[in-house]
Amino acid sequence: MKAAVLVFPGSNREGDVAQAIELVTGRRPTMVWHGDGDFEKVDLIVVPGGFSYGDYLRCGAMAAQSPVMAEVKKRAAQGVPVLGICNGFQIVTEAGLLPGTLMRNSHLKFVCADVHLKVETSQSLFTNRYQAGQVIKVPVAHAEGNYFADAETMKKLEDRGQIAFRYCSPEGAVDGSGNPNGSSSNIAGVFNETKTVLGLMPHPENAVEPMFGGTDGKGLFEGMVEALS
Amino acid sequence: MTLKNGVLDPQGKAIGHSLNRLGFPEVGDVRQGKYIELELAETDTAKAKARLEDMCKKLLANTVIENYSIELVG
Repeated sequence: MKAAVLVFPGSNREGDVAQAIELVTGRRPTMVWHGDGDFEKVDLIVVPGGFSYGDYLRCGAMAAQSPVMAEVKKRAAQGVPVLGICNGFQIVTEAGLLPGTLMRNSHLKFVCADVHLKVETSQSLFTNRYQAGQVIKVPVAHAEGNYFADAETMKKLEDRGQIAFRYCSPEGAVDGSGNPNGSSSNIAGVFNETKTVLGLMPHPENAVEPMFGGTDGKGLFEGMVEALS
Repeated sequence: MTLKNGVLDPQGKAIGHSLNRLGFPEVGDVRQGKYIELELAETDTAKAKARLEDMCKKLLANTVIENYSIELVG
């Protein structure tokens, strides 16, 4: 699996995700600068976390209009898988690759903690290593992770099985107790209609080695390798 | 730009609570927004407005959650 990791001014998790990908593929991904309108052909494009363009205007708004994202939109339309993590999720929603938006956390605080996620489906190139209903533990670190979409969009997401992960309790109960930011329907991650684009607020790339608190995020990368190699 | 009706505005709520606490009990619902001033090299008001609409849709507002209004001055 050949991957590209985008880098914007203010990205800060690009190294973490590159390392997670290298861990499972043995291959260092290509790092692509935001001003590059063209880059080599890859099997996966990752939009990493951070504070692209200082979160000016709205999180992800400026990055979504950068030359590299124009190219990412083209490739996503051709079916090239795109993974947006944290600020990357905000960027891909602002770019229109995923529905909805990420608003300020309902409690107005930055949240940095381990959270539990319920995997909604194993039927995607991103989640095939997990079981539907499985609970995994991964960290979050964000101030704008409160997923919002209008009622019609929410219904479509539910009906089409586009919800990838929901925040839950350690026992798997999807209720207010496990929701770190006020997200609608406890949404932590969503797919596009073809399930070739995934955006999520938590950081699976920071849960791939036992030394750093767990390996529950590793399945996401292993699953992609299996699907894309 | 202001948040659409029906979209929860936690910042507006926090501002409202603070104002109530500071001795302004008459303050009810508070909606917070953004204000942007732009200089345009365009003298035709209709054209300017159309261009600004385009800017709002493409970058300045997130129409999933925000409404916007445009005012031409000068």
